[in-house]
Amino acid sequence: MPRRDDIHTILLIGSGPIVIGQACEFDYSGTQACRVLKEEGYRVVLANSNPATIMTDPDFADRTYIEPLDVEVLTAIIDRERPDALLATLGGQTALNLAMELVERGVLERFNVELIGADATAIATAEDRSQFKVAMQEIGLGVPPSAVAHDLDESMEAIRHLGLPVVIRPAYILGGKGTGIASTEDEFRQLAIIGLDASPISEILIERSIAGWKEYELEVMRDRADNCVIICSIENLDPMGVHTGDSITVAPAQTLSDVEYQLMRDAAFACIRRVGVETGGSNVQFAINPEDGTMVVIEMNPRVSRSSALASKATGFPIAKIAARLAVGYTLDEIPNDITSKTPACFEPSIDYVVTKIPRWAFEKFPGTPSVLGTQMQSVGEAMAIGRTFPESLQKGLRSLELGRLGLNCDPGEAEFDALDDDELVRRAAVGTPDRPFQLEAALRRGITIERLYAATRVDPWFLDQISAIVEERAHVAAIGFEAMTARDWQRVKRLGFSDAQLAWLWSNFEKTLTAGDVRSRRLSMGIAPVFKTVDTCAGEFEANTPYHYATYEDTDEVVETDRPKVVILGSGPNRIGQGIEFDYCCVHASFALRDAGYETVMINCNPETVSTDYDTSDRLYFEPLTEEDVLNVIDRESRFGEFVGVIVSLGGQTPLKLAGLLQEHLVLGTSAASIDLAEDRERWNSLCAQLEIPQPAGGTASTAEEALAITAHIGYPALVRPSYVLGGRAMTIVYDDENLQRAMKELSGFGSLGKEGGLSAERPVLVDRFLEDATEVDVDAVRDATGEVLIGGIMEHVEEAGVHSGDSACAIPPPTLSAQVISVIEGYARAIAEALEVVGLINVQFAVREGQVFVIEANPRASRTVPFVAKATGVPLVKVAARVMVGATLAELRKEGFLTPAITSGHVAVKEAVLPFSRFPEADSVLGPEMRSTGEVMGIDRTFGLAFAKSQMAAGGRLPDAGSIFLSLADRDKAAGLIVARRLANLGFTIAATVGTAAHLNENGVAVETVVAKLTDGDSSLPTAVELLATTKVNLVINTPRGSGPRSDGYDIRSAAGLYHVPCLTTVAAGLAAAQGMADWAKHGLEVRSLQEHHQAGRGEQLELT
Amino acid sequence: MSTDVHTRQQVRPALLVLSDGEVFEGEAIGADSPDGVATGEVVFNTVLSGYQEVITDPSYAGQVIAFTYPHIGNYGVTALDDESRRPFCRGIIVREMARRRSNWRADEDLNELLIRTGVPGIAGIDTRRLTRHLRDTGSMPGAFGTTDEATLLKAAQGEDGTNGIDMVAQVTTANPYVVGNGQRRVVAYDFGIKTTILRHLGELATVEIVPATMSASEVLARQPDGVFLSNGPGDPACVVGVAETIKELIGQVPIFGICLGHQLLATALGAETYKLAFGHHGGNHPVRRLSTGSIEITSQNHNFAVADGTLASADVTHINLNDGVIEGIRCRDVPAFSVQYHPEAGPGPHDARYLFEEFADLMDKGT
Repeated sequence: MPRRDDIHTILLIGSGPIVIGQACEFDYSGTQACRVLKEEGYRVVLANSNPATIMTDPDFADRTYIEPLDVEVLTAIIDRERPDALLATLGGQTALNLAMELVERGVLERFNVELIGADATAIATAEDRSQFKVAMQEIGLGVPPSAVAHDLDESMEAIRHLGLPVVIRPAYILGGKGTGIASTEDEFRQLAIIGLDASPISEILIERSIAGWKEYELEVMRDRADNCVIICSIENLDPMGVHTGDSITVAPAQTLSDVEYQLMRDAAFACIRRVGVETGGSNVQFAINPEDGTMVVIEMNPRVSRSSALASKATGFPIAKIAARLAVGYTLDEIPNDITSKTPACFEPSIDYVVTKIPRWAFEKFPGTPSVLGTQMQSVGEAMAIGRTFPESLQKGLRSLELGRLGLNCDPGEAEFDALDDDELVRRAAVGTPDRPFQLEAALRRGITIERLYAATRVDPWFLDQISAIVEERAHVAAIGFEAMTARDWQRVKRLGFSDAQLAWLWSNFEKTLTAGDVRSRRLSMGIAPVFKTVDTCAGEFEANTPYHYATYEDTDEVVETDRPKVVILGSGPNRIGQGIEFDYCCVHASFALRDAGYETVMINCNPETVSTDYDTSDRLYFEPLTEEDVLNVIDRESRFGEFVGVIVSLGGQTPLKLAGLLQEHLVLGTSAASIDLAEDRERWNSLCAQLEIPQPAGGTASTAEEALAITAHIGYPALVRPSYVLGGRAMTIVYDDENLQRAMKELSGFGSLGKEGGLSAERPVLVDRFLEDATEVDVDAVRDATGEVLIGGIMEHVEEAGVHSGDSACAIPPPTLSAQVISVIEGYARAIAEALEVVGLINVQFAVREGQVFVIEANPRASRTVPFVAKATGVPLVKVAARVMVGATLAELRKEGFLTPAITSGHVAVKEAVLPFSRFPEADSVLGPEMRSTGEVMGIDRTFGLAFAKSQMAAGGRLPDAGSIFLSLADRDKAAGLIVARRLANLGFTIAATVGTAAHLNENGVAVETVVAKLTDGDSSLPTAVELLATTKVNLVINTPRGSGPRSDGYDIRSAAGLYHVPCLTTVAAGLAAAQGMADWAKHGLEVRSLQEHHQAGRGEQLELT
Repeated sequence: MSTDVHTRQQVRPALLVLSDGEVFEGEAIGADSPDGVATGEVVFNTVLSGYQEVITDPSYAGQVIAFTYPHIGNYGVTALDDESRRPFCRGIIVREMARRRSNWRADEDLNELLIRTGVPGIAGIDTRRLTRHLRDTGSMPGAFGTTDEATLLKAAQGEDGTNGIDMVAQVTTANPYVVGNGQRRVVAYDFGIKTTILRHLGELATVEIVPATMSASEVLARQPDGVFLSNGPGDPACVVGVAETIKELIGQVPIFGICLGHQLLATALGAETYKLAFGHHGGNHPVRRLSTGSIEITSQNHNFAVADGTLASADVTHINLNDGVIEGIRCRDVPAFSVQYHPEAGPGPHDARYLFEEFADLMDKGT
């Protein structure tokens, strides 16, 4: 069946900000879908609030709405654009839930919009736990015994007949939010309450626990003609009980016989047909009892998912692209397989390698949270590795995580596990944690049997035996010794995935210390180098055209040599807080720009969620860890042919930057490694600022607590303490006295020499600076070319004052309060710094402005997190410009080419807001500080700052109220500014509630406080407490500002309660002011949506009228 | 398997040498071969699971099977999954042989099965290099073992492969036997029949399995409701006398053929067969069923195919979506049909099981 001609305009909904459980994989799928639908000639309208995505680049859709993903907003977009169809299966759970809301509210019917891909019935069947269960039983598939409950009474009744332990799963949730396993009645009661709350329809499924069973996933595709294929099977290394997003997963399935696999395949087809997903990809999860093979269906996602992205990268089969084509009418046999181009997409990929995905967590950012894995997803990113065997891919995957580990132990990190006794080690391995693979290896290495480990952990004995192969090989090569290794020995050990760094550590002893470089040279001299094989969907059966490679130790190499000039781009690795999708955006943009300029682009990255690891983003993709060894392997291979222009290290965040020093100087494109180092080296940076006469907060560097104390004795408190060479403010703190300073120094030294982020060592001292209170923070992104011209890309004024990490702070373009004079000083300083550092490419400079005086905080000659936001706000493709500049173009040339156009600075204001994951970490305090903890960002764009800010809050999930009551609890120093906020809100008709002290201040100054709230710590029992107030839902917005070591405990309870009862909570008075302005503007102008293309066009011409 | 902790298993270096001189380094696994040399026609198979069914499929008689998936043996073996009484292949080539099995169904390690049934193997091979080589050159004879390269090359070059040899004679049953107890009566010619096929037929009928040499009159004397032509190894053109027998059966009784049975039916109908460059060996081949346009993912294992345009009295019913090869035919005037692929699966997808129902319908309608 061919393309549908009865539809013309298609609305695509993206997945919004990056949150836990929903990351860049939906940028990958959405970008593919946009491309395909445009290629097919449809008019594409895209809605997504996340400016850091590639899909929201104005060229990917005809109309791009960077607007809050909210049903009211989408209704307005539908009203304006009148799409014929809505495709909601490529934007994660967010898009699916919104589509359902649009159906329920009758919006799609009213505007005659067809839901394509999966219809409302199919979505409800898959997403509603009870409907799904009934549907599966109807078609004869097993499901765990379970019951559905809508309140606590029903829940308690359910366990009377189900027994314990049980799993609680709320309906319509994402990433396992609100799910958990309960073994006691008390645990159950607590989890049931949380689960009922997490479900938007207050429904939970209570299921007999099958923790310990084996877990599998199948990726299914179906077309209009009812053809079904399986793209990939996935087996989890962690048994049932750990969320699949938090499990180490392996493709293809390893321990299923064909008989079992085919039954599972039949079940997956029956499932997709019964649920009724008409076209596209779905993911079906199964559990198998390892004792007798009993199979049950766990759940089904009627949409492209995180696993689909993994399956696409694991097999080379572009699920999202094909799903988009299927949605508009094609059948699988009509679509060619791009990889072979000779065969159709209607087949089941066969692979001849093993893929391992390993999650990356951020527990260190959320003190108080136990780092135990469960049924609720907590990881913030993942790495994938390809090897010919499981041991090879496992070791590559572990070193891809960039957690300072060199592989599966065989490094300094193993000491932690070797220090435990047998029983303790096994006991710890029995609990799913990020350390589990290392514990398993350590246990096997000391001779604990596979049987014992299996009994304790339920990790399949096959996986354990494969780890044993690594253990045995290690013992074998340790016995042989570095000097006596033969070529065959080298080949064998490398085939098991050992890194040169692991081997260097293994062979180092008191007499001799080997480096990874020594190992590498010896190995190469023995003729042992990796070859690069191809991911081709067909296990070599057909000739493949797609240059998607991975390194392994085998006989023959498959890289097709070319003679075009080429640029290697180092990606950003697994997502983590502080380094996420923004940097993938940068790498992809560089690749696109350089490709268009005639270069061959070569990408190295190991994050399966990203657009950069799509095989057609660059001319060649190497799916490899971003470590010294792996990157040098690729560079060696690429150096053997064609013209090697250089390597881009400045676009992928800290990951590639750390590798810059290892490359030959002439290979680093753009700003030199020496300049990068100059900006990081405190002493040299200080003298540079002095020389340029740019003021800095006073400060110094310290390697010990004594040195730090000496500095604060000189500069005074408060002081900002932070490690060098980190992103995302890892371990940054503001200290107000000696005691806290000593504690901070102690914590930093605790990370030791493992190379973990934020570690303290003599080479990497800690920076101690005077902290400027009440200062406004400003970020500048700029590009400098080799002739010295500097283009100021954007000046962002932060809403929250200095002290809140810039990544967690809202910011606006153009700056809403800075004077022209201050802006000109900032620009001047930024230019001077770029010049002095001889930057070629991007630079980000952070300033603090206090009482009209501008201080420079730091400069980073690389892409910053804000670059995509700047590009969306101003219409200037900053990274593309920078990439061209890095390979020698001048800004003048780019202007002449028409590539660089003037920034759009009038007509609209864009506000970026951070999205924080506190709902996942209820134990952690939601107050913002110098350590970044946001996982994603959204953008609000509108005609005034207030409107844009209000939209940004709505997009971030904290919609500002139109009416009702505001609760204020302010630290003393915020009371003056808080008064302004309260007065404005009172004028808008809001009633005010406040804690005793705040209330007194407001009353004194003529703002009526309706409800006075007791401080928790005071215990005036005649007054309601904040928590009681929030529980009775009489509050629509909370503004609570803590300061220093002040009323921490009180504020913590208020913020936790706000989180629990879903009341938007602002933790700075600056945000309160912005919110007041937003609510005022919103009341005056109302909601209006406008596409990015229109904003840019209008900005180039006339200013938009306010209605 | 390994008894001492940290002691790596003993490695027996071995080589694989193809008749064109390509050499691969590996390690010996499975049974010892006489004088350290095993030979056969080297073919590859791209299944991700189902190694036991492949190894015990008689259609691989005379061949050495290279598995493209690197880990083989993970879930062990079980007598339940044997496709015949013993493996007829000459050896297997893998990247990694499992050291330990893990599956509740298994009762033996794959390596133990190889040793018990005398199948030698070689592991540690860059099977992707081998596959790509065979893809470009076509299947070819090869030799592997623990002896020296020159000896292996000589052995490879001395190996005839499956060209021009009646392989069926080596695998067919010596005496008739019966399986199933259905109402219908089927006579199944054993050209190397797989157990899974018998399981399917056994659900439809009482099936008597007969040697490839049984004459048409002997078959018809049994008054069957249908005759089944099984899969089997080698070149259909070399199977002595069978096409003639089938010619006598056509029109007398409903006929269903699979794989070699399909090629022999086509030959009996006057069609020609030819050898494919490297055959179809895998569990993921898309086939279009022309009557409905729908696609089924199929299990395939054949080196020969029916030549397009050489069939006068039958229609093509199925084609391979990848390369257009004929995958199924049906006679216009008489009740006989066949498919080139394996609807019974074992291993492979179950998408084409409806064909057994079609055979039942055909038998019920009669001639």
